[in-house]
Order: sequence, then C-alpha cells, then structure tokens
Amino acid sequence: MKITPNEYNEMTKKASPGTKSYKTIPMAFLIGGLICMAGEGLLNLYQYMGMSKDAAGAVTSITLIFVAALLTGLDLYNTIAKYAGAGTLVPITGFSNGVVSPALEFKSEGYVLGLGAKLFVIAGPVIVYGISASIIYGIILYLFKLY
Amino acid sequence: MSQKIGRSTLLLNSYPSVKAFAAIVGKKEGEGPLARHFDVIFDDTTLGEETWEKAESRMQREAVIKALEKAKSASTEIDFIFAGDLLNQCISSHYGLRDLNIPFYGLYGACSTMAEGLSLASIFVDNGLAKHAMAVTSSHFCSAERQFRLPLEYGGQRPPTSQWTATAAGAAMVAESAGPPYVKATCAGTITDLGIKDINNMGAAMAPAAAHTIKTYLYDSHTAPQDYDLIITGDLGMIGSDLLIDLLKREGIDISKVHNDCGKLLYDLEAQDVHAGGSGAGCSASVLCSYLLTRIQEGALQNVLFVATGALMSTTSFQQGETIPGIAHLVHLTYQKGN
Amino acid sequence: MEIFKEYMWAFVVGGLFCAVGQVLIDYTKLTPARILVAFVIAGVILGGIGVYEPLVELAGGGATVPLTGFGYLLAKGVKEAVAEKGLLGAITGGFTAASAGLGAAVFFGLIIALIFKQKDKV
Repeated sequence: MKITPNEYNEMTKKASPGTKSYKTIPMAFLIGGLICMAGEGLLNLYQYMGMSKDAAGAVTSITLIFVAALLTGLDLYNTIAKYAGAGTLVPITGFSNGVVSPALEFKSEGYVLGLGAKLFVIAGPVIVYGISASIIYGIILYLFKLY
Repeated sequence: MSQKIGRSTLLLNSYPSVKAFAAIVGKKEGEGPLARHFDVIFDDTTLGEETWEKAESRMQREAVIKALEKAKSASTEIDFIFAGDLLNQCISSHYGLRDLNIPFYGLYGACSTMAEGLSLASIFVDNGLAKHAMAVTSSHFCSAERQFRLPLEYGGQRPPTSQWTATAAGAAMVAESAGPPYVKATCAGTITDLGIKDINNMGAAMAPAAAHTIKTYLYDSHTAPQDYDLIITGDLGMIGSDLLIDLLKREGIDISKVHNDCGKLLYDLEAQDVHAGGSGAGCSASVLCSYLLTRIQEGALQNVLFVATGALMSTTSFQQGETIPGIAHLVHLTYQKGN
Repeated sequence: MEIFKEYMWAFVVGGLFCAVGQVLIDYTKLTPARILVAFVIAGVILGGIGVYEPLVELAGGGATVPLTGFGYLLAKGVKEAVAEKGLLGAITGGFTAASAGLGAAVFFGLIIALIFKQKDKV
C-alpha cells in the first residue's frame, strides 16, 4: 500500500477523538478533592478522639484503604472511577483498589499463586520504586550527614 | 474444486452452502440493536459457571450445539470443526469442544477467526474433503479483559478510542451446495503492520490489514465496490472504519457507500457506553451468524464481502513495546450461485 | 472560619494533585500503574528536599492522602530512622513509616477478596 507508517500514524491521530479533558480534569479535581477533604475530616476526628497526630494519620490511611477495599468488593469503586479518573486513582484509595481488584480477580487461580501473588501486580511496582527511592534518599542522607 | 486466482483468492466453484448457523450472546449484546436475531441471550454472563473462562467455553459449545440443532444434524455428521478464540492457547475452544468428539483443527486469528474458520470449512467442503464442516469462535468481555488489560474491578478509564470486547459466540456449519447463503470465494489475509502501538486503538491497528485484503480481493476478482450490497468488516469500530475508508480512497477505491462494520452494528454506540464500538472474535462471529447470514438467506442481501479483522499481538509483545500486526480474512457470500 | 479554610486547602491541594494525574492520563501514554509509581517517587523527592512538609502543614489531608503523601511519608520515615540508627535506618525507615498503609492494604485486600465474588461487567 502506498502509505508509510509515519503517514498512517498522522492519519490515526487525526481520526482518533481525544479524551474530553474539559470534563475529565474538573471531575478528577472535584472527586479527588472531596476524598482528600474526607481524609482531613478523619484526621481531625481521630485527633479529637485523643490520638497523636502521627497515629491519627496512620488510622486515617487505614480507614480510607478499608473503605476503598470494601467499595471494590461491592463493585462500586470502578463505577465511581469511570467518572472520577485520576480523582480515584491518585489518592491512597486508588492504591487500595489496585491491591483488592487483582486479588479478587485472580482468586480463580487459587489462594497462593492466584490471590496471594497477583495481589501485588499493580501495587507491587509502587512499593518497589517507592521503597527503593526512599532507601537511596536514606543513603544520601547518611553519606552527606544531612540528618 | 477450488481454483486459485490472483495472489490470495480461492474461487469455490461448487458454491458450498452455509447450512446452519447460530449466535449466542451475553446480556449487553442482548440489549443491543441486533437482539432479536440472536438464538440465545444469557442474562447472566457467568452462565452459572465458576470462572469467566468456563463461561466462554460453555458459550462456544452452546453455539455449536444450537447450530447442529438448527441443521437437524448430529455431531457425528460433522467431519471437521475449525475453532479458535482469544484466550491463551485457545482454551475456550479446547475446553468448550472437548466432549463433542468432532475432528478438530485449532486456529488463532484473534478477532478474524470466524472468517478464517469459515474459509477453511468452505474450502474443505468445496474440495470434497468434508461433507459437513463447521467454524466456531467466541469471546467474553471478562475473560479477555483480565488477560489483555487490567482487573475488572480496577478503577480505570477507557479512552474514547477503545472498543468493547463482545461476550458472544457464533458457529456456522458448511455443507455441500444446497441453498443460500453460498460461499463463493475466500481471500486469505496477509499480516499487515503500519506501526500502531496503542492497545486502546485496535481499530486503527487492523484497518490497514482490512484495506489490503479488500483491495487484493477486488483486484483478484476483477470487481468493484459497487458490485456488492455490503462490504462488512469485523470489529474495526468507528475509528478503524473511518481509517479503512480513507486508506482505500488513497488507492482509488471508494467503499464508503457499501461499507459497514460488525463492531458498529452489535451495540448502540451512544447508549451502551462502548466508546468506539464492539470487538473480540465473538463480535463479528455473532453478527455474521445471526443478522448477516439471515439477510443473505432471505435474499435481502445478495452479494456480501465479510472481512473479519484480527490484531495479532500478545500481552508479552505489547509490554515489550512491539507494534500491533493486523490480519483480515475475507469470505464472499452470495444469495445466488454464479453471478 | 479557620476550620473552613483548612478544609478548603485540603480540597484544593488534593484536587490539584488529582488533576495533574488526569492530565497525565489524557495527554500522555502513561498507564495508571506508571502514574502511581511516578507520584510516589515524586513524593519521596519532594519530601526529601523539604518542599512537601510545608504543603502538609497547609493542606493536611490534601497533601497526605494523594500517593505523593505516601512518598513523603517514606522520606520522612527514612530521615528519622537514619538519624536514629545510621545506615540501617536507610533500609528500615521506609517500611516502618509505610507499615500502617501496607499492612492495611494487604490484609483488607485478602479479606475482601475472600469474601466477595467478582461481578459481571455490562
């Protein structure tokens, strides 16, 4: 055929509709903002109940993770995410959804190599690179005596 | 006897008939515009099975059994069955058909499998190698999604170029020439790759293969688009269809008046939230084995080119950053023998 | 009034992090998993160079709930652990700081996956 891959790539770009960003970005902002506000509320609530700031932070994370895990199990998280996009991806709730969804899905391949191993397919890279980055940061701190 | 003409076309001179056909679909497909044409609609797409893979196997088996029932044939009368699907090592076909005791040829043509299987079944019958041969394929949204993309419950957004894998199966039984629809000719696809890498834009990846096959067949058979009532591609969706028409225009071929696409017919694109349209081996198979073959049988369509397209990547090749090769197999179906 | 401001900042800052994520989804070919990785690493770096701390002071949940906050937490944990245990702290600090989140995610992931059945998608 009389067309080069580059020409075809251009053609494809023209023919493919882009995402309606005028909708998706405000939605991500709104829902992501609301989740963070809920986090702030929980943080205050737990501190009000007498927890230290650090403990309240940890319990807030645990609460959000639990709620997202439950919504994932109830088949609601992905329905919200269809509209929220990054609004449900970026908060810690998205991490929880990333853990629960493959675990639930691969249960059919058994409890060890299915559920147990696949639980980390999405969250695994986040842990690997997050922890490694923090270790590199720690080594730099140590070497340059910045602590 | 079949006769080869041109580069990749076989004329099936005995005009084998598609004696019976059946389409089994899931809930979403059963809510689409073609609903009344399907043989069975499963509102519970697990089909009561434990896994999505088992559900898909069951669908493929049900499609074969339904087609046999409509042909009033027993499975022992089928000489060969050509089957394939999208899952790794074609497990839907292997597990779905294992108890039927029919001599089996496994195919992998991704979403082009129906046209590939129907071609081979027709060629076998045309050459007297089989009295009855069958082609069957399937796809299931849930099994395909978890193999090719992300877990079902994962909160991702589908880009507007993405297509919805149909939960559907279609089976067609080919027999010696008896009545319409007839298989007049087949044209084998050639692997075509114009460098598309986007797994969410399969229509664009497959359109060049469809353009190549249609152009080859028109050239081999000395025909033009206006000689056909319908040139129907399998699962290019909205974007791929537009690209196909543009690609062929550049070659001086205008199919815009006779072209349609199974991926555009299976769903109500606006109301059913399928973005660019349907896809999956079961999409073109179920549209062919319900609406299309019925229309040809009735004579409402006389001359149809069924061009099913497949994207031949795997999750491995995709993750390794390879481009997506496409293929398109063509079957020429007619209402009358001869011209 | 003070409380209103506090929630407003949480909303705005958290929302902005998510909007950045949406821009990455819409305009780049980055997959969600890559975006999450990028956010966590960004959090470690921003936390490490001390930019994130003031943001947490300002926005509270708006800065700690997004995954950048998880990265910040890792950096903060490592810093404290290195001060306390030296080089060993570089290794242990991250996991110690992240233990609540990781433990909860793994355990709830297991429980929910055990209890629930996957639903059909139509």
